[in-house]
Amino acid sequence: MDYRTDRQRALGLGASGEGSQHWWSQRVSSIALVILTPLFLWIYVPLLGADHADVRQAFGHPFRAIAGILFIMVLFHHLRQGLQVVIEDYVHNRPVLTALTIGSTLFCWAFGVTGVFAIASMAFGR
Amino acid sequence: MPDPDLKTRPLSPHLTIYRPQINSVTSIFHRVTGVGLVLAAVLVVWWLVAASSGAAYFGFVDGLLTSWIGFLVLGGSLWALWYHFCTGVRHLVWDTGAGYGMTVVTGSGWVVVGASVLLTAATLLAFCA
Repeated sequence: MDYRTDRQRALGLGASGEGSQHWWSQRVSSIALVILTPLFLWIYVPLLGADHADVRQAFGHPFRAIAGILFIMVLFHHLRQGLQVVIEDYVHNRPVLTALTIGSTLFCWAFGVTGVFAIASMAFGR
Repeated sequence: MPDPDLKTRPLSPHLTIYRPQINSVTSIFHRVTGVGLVLAAVLVVWWLVAASSGAAYFGFVDGLLTSWIGFLVLGGSLWALWYHFCTGVRHLVWDTGAGYGMTVVTGSGWVVVGASVLLTAATLLAFCA
């Protein structure tokens, strides 16, 4: 027997109130990362331990900067979604769950935007 | 009526009861590496911020990350990244509805473990040798 009202069934959002949106978004970001992760390693690992002037010079190239910004954005988006799932699975104390969800969201936005800004500032030659 | 006293209700056997198997261990490590990669993500952003700052601060952070302890942390992160990458691709294949037979699941589990080690070694050889 289905206890949902006709309206709730038509909306299809389930108990979470957001339907399959989180699940779907996590798949899309993981497919993006399958492309972006090897690209990021290929572009950025050689810069580790390089001369500072050469590193700044390298970020002036639009391809490197765009690949880096895309990677950081999608990485922290995917990280936030993954952390949310882990928190929801293991934390059963409601106030702690809410605090951790908000905290991990703020953490991901803060570090994601900082990383994007760092690359952009070098790309635009600040 | 359900038993209101939750403490006296029997629980189903949990993680500590079962012998570790390749499918459970790969699943657990997918989560562990995912959460662990938070540290790697923070280090990457730290390095980027240092690069966009002055040469002296970049030298300090870059020197720290290329020291032997930095190499251990970044090398471990590299394996975690490739492992999470491989098990993630395995999950995407599962999402299509394919690869659920027991022999296939066991086989793909070992493939994923082997591939993560090979990809880590290949990355290290390509950039650090």
